[in-house]
Amino acid sequence: IGFFFFSLLQPTDNILPLSYKDPRWEGVEMERFADEADVVIVGGGPAGLSAAIRLKQLANEHEKELRVCLVEKASQIGAHTLSGACLEPSAINELFPDWKERGAPLHTPVTEDVFSILTEKHRIPVPMLPGLPMQNHGNYIVRLGNFVRWLGEQAEELGVELYPGYAAAEVLFHEDGSVKGIATNDVGIAKDGSPKDVFERGMELHAKVTMFGEGCHGHLAKQLYKKFNLRENCEPQTYAIGLKEVWMIDEKKWRPGRVEHSVGWPLNRHTYGGSFLYHLNEGEPLVALGFVVGLDYSNPYLSPFREFQRWKHHPFVAPTLEGGNRIAYGARALNEGGIQSLPKLTFPGGLLIGCSPGFMNVPKIKGTHTAMKSGMLAAEAIFPKVTAESLDSETAGLHVPEYAEALKNSWVWKELYAVRNIRPSFHNYFGLYGGMVYTGIFYWILRGKEPWTLKHCGLDANQLKPAKDCTPIDYPKPDGKISFDLLSSVALSGTNHEGDQPAHLTLKDDSVPVARNLAIYDGPEQRFCPAGVYEYVPLETGDGMRLQINAQNCVHCKTCDIKDPSQNINWVVPEGGGGPAYNGM
Amino acid sequence: MHSNRYCNRIIVLPFSVLLEIRVKPDNSGVVTDGVKHSMNPFCEIAVEEAVKLKEKKLIKEVVAVSCGPQQSQETIRTALAMGADRGIHVEVAGKDYETLGPLQVSKIMAALAKKEDAQLIILGKQAIDDDCNQTGQMTAALLDWPQGTFASEVSLDGDKVKVVREIDGGLETIKISTPAVLTADLRLNTPRYATLPNIMKAKKKKIANVKPADLGVDLTSRLEVLKVEEPPQRQAGVKVETVEDLVGKLKETGRI
Repeated sequence: IGFFFFSLLQPTDNILPLSYKDPRWEGVEMERFADEADVVIVGGGPAGLSAAIRLKQLANEHEKELRVCLVEKASQIGAHTLSGACLEPSAINELFPDWKERGAPLHTPVTEDVFSILTEKHRIPVPMLPGLPMQNHGNYIVRLGNFVRWLGEQAEELGVELYPGYAAAEVLFHEDGSVKGIATNDVGIAKDGSPKDVFERGMELHAKVTMFGEGCHGHLAKQLYKKFNLRENCEPQTYAIGLKEVWMIDEKKWRPGRVEHSVGWPLNRHTYGGSFLYHLNEGEPLVALGFVVGLDYSNPYLSPFREFQRWKHHPFVAPTLEGGNRIAYGARALNEGGIQSLPKLTFPGGLLIGCSPGFMNVPKIKGTHTAMKSGMLAAEAIFPKVTAESLDSETAGLHVPEYAEALKNSWVWKELYAVRNIRPSFHNYFGLYGGMVYTGIFYWILRGKEPWTLKHCGLDANQLKPAKDCTPIDYPKPDGKISFDLLSSVALSGTNHEGDQPAHLTLKDDSVPVARNLAIYDGPEQRFCPAGVYEYVPLETGDGMRLQINAQNCVHCKTCDIKDPSQNINWVVPEGGGGPAYNGM
Repeated sequence: MHSNRYCNRIIVLPFSVLLEIRVKPDNSGVVTDGVKHSMNPFCEIAVEEAVKLKEKKLIKEVVAVSCGPQQSQETIRTALAMGADRGIHVEVAGKDYETLGPLQVSKIMAALAKKEDAQLIILGKQAIDDDCNQTGQMTAALLDWPQGTFASEVSLDGDKVKVVREIDGGLETIKISTPAVLTADLRLNTPRYATLPNIMKAKKKKIANVKPADLGVDLTSRLEVLKVEEPPQRQAGVKVETVEDLVGKLKETGRI
């Protein structure tokens, strides 16, 4: 009896998704309001918004009625957007040739492009020859959150129904198994899983086609991969985590239009990653800077956040930040798998766009232009089908394989094909240097025409070595001027969630964290989470530790779901409107 | 003529507040560009109370009013999604919005209350960005109406309103006659969620556009903001080993 009581008192993290079958839910109104649209788009990022805009542009051109609804979990469009970013204007030039007149926030053309290999105290410059993938001539430094917000305004003007603050939590299916639409999440559930007075069921949005643009490692996409076997012929996706800060620097140090990238220190040659530092030109001396670490790293003692903080102290970087003020912080996972990791993109009733399937050009570190183009191609493929007089479909939800065809014939595919071997080329004895030599020969000279395609190493989660085989890393303490501690950084992300709701970081098995993650890998989630969500704390009674999940801190980066060596953490969407409050990130 | 069975019209004033702000480099104010606007939490409670009164059939119509730039329309839509019947957006933008304070808002509210023939005005007790706690009180004074502020319980009794107020010493119950101004405190109710179907329906509800000049209100501010500063950085604490050390340190810093 004592043991039974004790386990009842333990906070159960594993509440979502609820089954609503327990007695507390008797008599609660569970019927959902449903509405019909022609197309429903999940995710208000560059891909989703470009798709919505393209659909409405086509509808207006052909004088057809089209109801397009877009749901986005952030409280306002752009609040969950985070990126470097150097935007290649190829997609926006196609979507809105008159983007300048429309006031798109592309204010900073790149004027200087600097690439370095860092050692602990020095810097080796690498010439940015034209033709190298990282070369940025013709691109713009943007605050992607502001760009996305502008896209949202254009979409609304065109008649797209935007619903920020509402998270798509469930995929709905017709009886024939095709996708029927989505349902937003129920709200007003208490932390212990019981209904509160303000409990409200989510709403169902039905559509002929549902476009899923959830960004890197979307949670609904995970379900779709399983249901429709979309990943049976591709490699697992591989990822990196990107951490970013925005600083207001001393005007004397400000060089608007300057782009700096580096590889090397503080990472060793076998850990993929590097830094960026961009000088914006929007009136104030702002720089956007950040650090990316490939999530296939093997040392469980590695902390991407602390690598980022210590990189800022390098003699080449610190002078820019001295005398400045940090004003923003955030983090997000990004995909690195390229073509090898692209799943099947279409299924009856829906399709995948943007960073969710993953179109990032890794050596260029750019994915916005390809995400936008994928949204636009999807819209163009869908449009004739949803406006056809007679719907000639085998399934209730429309299947649009024409989208995948169009993508294969577009510049997105050409670009991704040419760079497909660069990221995997880092997996060699010489690590970073081997990769750079490969890039120099096969990309710069041969343009990716080599007839082979290198493979990745498998799931990032499987790359961690046991803690006993690795050396702890001695990170320097933050100095409070250039480098900072985790909690004050998280505060700057503006993240917040309604406290009284079930934790959205769910565990498939409550006993695994201590039994496996802590025992074998020394609890790597304490280190790879950029928001301090995971903490191993001593039990209140007796010996031993337990995993404490501070779900309120979560910045929705998805790294835990990706890197957990036991693949036990399942990120689900919290109540809409929660999460970071990024402003022009 | 006011029916003595129920009040006809309530005006609520949901305010949008800025979240996650930072001070401008020249210390003249806070940066507002692109910052997330949200309905002030106390105003959510006020809107909820008004909608509850309507659901109890004690009042006929709830009108949501907000003063500010374009983004204020989002706040009004949320109020409409919670159950308000129609909205009024008083357009104040640019420099005027930066200097908009409780006095100007109160003048606007007073003018609107007369125009709309309202019996009750419900506001949040204070906005969480400037913490002024003045608008409700000033509005009541301008209209010469009674006020029930810091309300944690509201009940209508004929043409009177019983208000339980949260005060420092505990709770105070007063009875005031209508028309009246009430301000909502934290424990008045738990606001409902604005669900997506209601947001969709709210898009069809009317929001009228009004300019302060149409109401005869002069927006010039009587206040000049001299400086805005961040709070001082918290200094790290120092751990001491013994009581003697503690006494020593306190003496050292001149505390004892």
